[in-house]
Amino acid sequence: MITAITPILAHAADFAEGARPEDPAMWGWILLLTPLVGALILGLGHRIWSERVAGLIGTAAIFLAFGAALACLAQLLGMDAEERHVLSGFTYAQAFGVDFRFDIYYDQLAVMMALIVTGVSALIHLYSMAYMKSDRGYTRFFGYLNFFVFSMLLLVLAGNMLLLVIGWGFVGAASYLLISFWYRRSSATRAGAKAFVMNVIGDVALVIAAYLLWHELHTLTIPTLLANADDPFTVMPTATFTAVALLLLVGAFAKSAQVPLHTWLPDAMEGPTPVSALIHAATMVTAGVYLICRMHPFIEISDAASMTAAALGTATLLIAATTALVQTDLKRIIAYSTMSQIGYMIAGAAAAAYSASMFHLMTHAFFKALLFMSAGSVIAAMGGIQDVRRMGGFKKAMPFTYIVFVIGALTLAGFPLLSGFWSKDEIISYTLHRGGAFTIIAAGMYIGAILTAFYSLRAVFLVFHGDPAPEAKELEGGHIAHGDHTNPATGEHEDTEVGFPGADHHIAEREGEMKVAMGTLAFLAIVAGFVQIPGVTHVIEKWLEPVFEDSRYADSIPSVSAQWIGLGVGAVIAITGIAIAYWAYMKNRGVTERWTERFPRANAFLLNAWYFDWLYDRVFVRPVAAFAVFCNKVIERFVVDGIVVGTTTLVKDGAERVRAAQSGLARAYALSIIGGTVVIALYFVVVGK
Amino acid sequence: MNISWYIALSAVLFSIGAGGLVARRSPLVMLLCLELMLNGANLSLVAFARMHGDGGGQIFALVVMVVAACEVVVGLGLIVALYRNRLPIDIDELDHLKDPQKADSAL
Amino acid sequence: MVLQGILFFIAAAGAIGGAVAVVLLRNPFFSVLALVCHLFALAVLFLLLYAQFIAAAQLIVYAGAVMVLYVFVVSYVGGADEPIDEGGGAPRALAPIFAGALLVVLALALAGSALTLLDTNGAKLPDNGNAYGTPEQIGELLLTKYLLPFEVASFLLTVAAVCAVVLARRRRGLEELTDDSPLLGEGLGKR
Repeated sequence: MITAITPILAHAADFAEGARPEDPAMWGWILLLTPLVGALILGLGHRIWSERVAGLIGTAAIFLAFGAALACLAQLLGMDAEERHVLSGFTYAQAFGVDFRFDIYYDQLAVMMALIVTGVSALIHLYSMAYMKSDRGYTRFFGYLNFFVFSMLLLVLAGNMLLLVIGWGFVGAASYLLISFWYRRSSATRAGAKAFVMNVIGDVALVIAAYLLWHELHTLTIPTLLANADDPFTVMPTATFTAVALLLLVGAFAKSAQVPLHTWLPDAMEGPTPVSALIHAATMVTAGVYLICRMHPFIEISDAASMTAAALGTATLLIAATTALVQTDLKRIIAYSTMSQIGYMIAGAAAAAYSASMFHLMTHAFFKALLFMSAGSVIAAMGGIQDVRRMGGFKKAMPFTYIVFVIGALTLAGFPLLSGFWSKDEIISYTLHRGGAFTIIAAGMYIGAILTAFYSLRAVFLVFHGDPAPEAKELEGGHIAHGDHTNPATGEHEDTEVGFPGADHHIAEREGEMKVAMGTLAFLAIVAGFVQIPGVTHVIEKWLEPVFEDSRYADSIPSVSAQWIGLGVGAVIAITGIAIAYWAYMKNRGVTERWTERFPRANAFLLNAWYFDWLYDRVFVRPVAAFAVFCNKVIERFVVDGIVVGTTTLVKDGAERVRAAQSGLARAYALSIIGGTVVIALYFVVVGK
Repeated sequence: MNISWYIALSAVLFSIGAGGLVARRSPLVMLLCLELMLNGANLSLVAFARMHGDGGGQIFALVVMVVAACEVVVGLGLIVALYRNRLPIDIDELDHLKDPQKADSAL
Repeated sequence: MVLQGILFFIAAAGAIGGAVAVVLLRNPFFSVLALVCHLFALAVLFLLLYAQFIAAAQLIVYAGAVMVLYVFVVSYVGGADEPIDEGGGAPRALAPIFAGALLVVLALALAGSALTLLDTNGAKLPDNGNAYGTPEQIGELLLTKYLLPFEVASFLLTVAAVCAVVLARRRRGLEELTDDSPLLGEGLGKR
């Protein structure tokens, strides 16, 4: 313990003496520690802070972190383009000849990720200040959120695999805490447990991968690992290397909700809507993409791993997109679209289109957070109801929400000139350029694109157009529906005490903070794409180029004309999808119901998300449950109970016998004393001889 | 006389006392038997003191006599209390530890 | 020496006889008298062991004061004859066996003892034993080397005296507690 604390104290002392400003990573440390400090202040003082103050502390911490991230960016910009990386840290423990170091490492990639994480988080904190206002767990909520941001930054800034694993696990824990935030809701706690279990699968895979890397390369430091990965076949057996790549992918897939580890994400929508926006759309679930980009030399060198990643990413994007077509829960529609979009990023990263994937990661963070925020506003207006079939006609009642939702949906659909258009089509054209099997992947991506355009506009038309729902009418009259407090998933009755959602609902139209956050994101969703227009601007590509220059496919860049052709195809596909949605939900309202009636099986298949949950239930949950029942009935009852009951029976019967000696007759006692004395004395006499 | 004679005698006295303690039912006689045992022990203490030519054993015997006196006082006090409370002066009847109800009614 | 031997056997016979009589006599009063005989014989034995002070104390304290106490109590309680042969159950039958076993074990211990001095007449006493076991020597020992046991013993005596008083004193109201007593309920309630 002391050996672990001493270097930290020394570090702190150095810091106090003013030696730290010399630390090249000063801004990185500030960036990492600000959210932690915020979480500690909120957590330790959760009885002290009033709700308003707690919200301000939490939000201010993240805005400060965003400022620190900007400072890191400025620091990197002040360096030579080839030298833009910073590694700093200290050893906190030494054991078995291994230095356990607390290292932070940031380069162009990490800073970009940190900017996205802190920027979107800051806006979502702002949004939450209004959205969660009436919730009884307000301070706790902000404490969890700050802890999540800290964990995410730890993951992003980790300088070695150990810290990466720790951050990875912390993020899973924060996700669990936030999904189960309404902890008296049984469906929420169950969803949290499910997410945690699925995430732990990834954590374990990552731990094993880290161990294998350490075993083969004798270091955990990420920059050293990456430098050693140049030609890993010389230092590592092929099988080990493939295993490392696949294990890293398992870790990435669990966190990024990719098939087959994806079933937790739709259930994670049980958490409050800002949580869905922050964790299950913008930041945490993209950690897998970040991991693949970060460790790209290890992934791309193994064809098996990169093909697996590409195939599963594409499978995810198609499965999720088709599932999203028929979902009726607004948040689940967006959740499946998230899975689908991350499928693009994973497949793109597997196709070595790293900067394109990171670009899409950024734009996706903006428009998906925006979509969730607007959805939260709509759900609030519905008094907590999430079923799109009940909604309708909110266009007039909620003009601001309508506008930003449409912007978000169109960006998601890849409508020309919006940011999603540029980023998604860049991924597709890079993938197409790889050729070979990746052509099929690209084709799958185009199919996904048309589905995306359809379901995102479907949500718009169902929620905002058509006949106004009673709640929409009420809102036009100036009242927010409050509904009866029930669990939207199960219909169980709830109160509004701590552990359940608060009593009041808050919509963007009436809350300045929500408006600011959503407006900023809407603006970003529109303009963020202009940083990367083929042949015109190359901000992200140029910025990330040094990180990925060691990639084998660094020179495999589609020509500008090919990219523009891709963009043209993408635009046509997006507009086609939008048109189909318009036709099906505006022109011929009701046509979809007829389809549903004609193909009930297909509908049920998609509604149940390809029966993955059913399958897992049969393959994993039920056998385990059956085994548990067996253990209970046989092992517990006969073996364990047998031992326990046998012991008690032995004692009881023995006591029954011995009790006879307790006759109350003093003379019998005297007799036994004498007898005992005789025996003991005899023993000593015999032993003495 | 050899010291071992005294020790043997004390062993005999002690055994007689122990036997009597178990055999008799009257608490009074049981106390007397206890005296026998204590005296047997006392004899061996004094004999051992003689064996070593040391006064310590005699002091020990004196202390045993004090203890015996105390025991007599308390024991006889108990017997008087029994008599006062019209309880039987018979050790076999006084088995109330086994039977709490009997103990209740006795008081 | 021969005289000592003769005296020892007489005294030993007296002591054993007294002890057996204590156990076997049915009337407690006679048992007490047998014990007095036994104590006298024991005092002789103490004298033979040069323990003059102990012998004196034995006679005065034990055979005198303590036995008087016994006699008082026996006459107070009423020395009813106890039937020796009948009753007593298993302890009665087992008592001689256990006592015999105890004796055998003690004899074995004595026979197997490695104390070589046991087979002598005892340590050589200075100036022919004139100073050994005298009140002077005992008194000096009690006030020097054995002061603490002496004080503890005196404290024990005090405790015993108080205890006896508490045990034997008349409890108010206890005798009146009969079934038809109006105080019964209240009395029980207090207890």
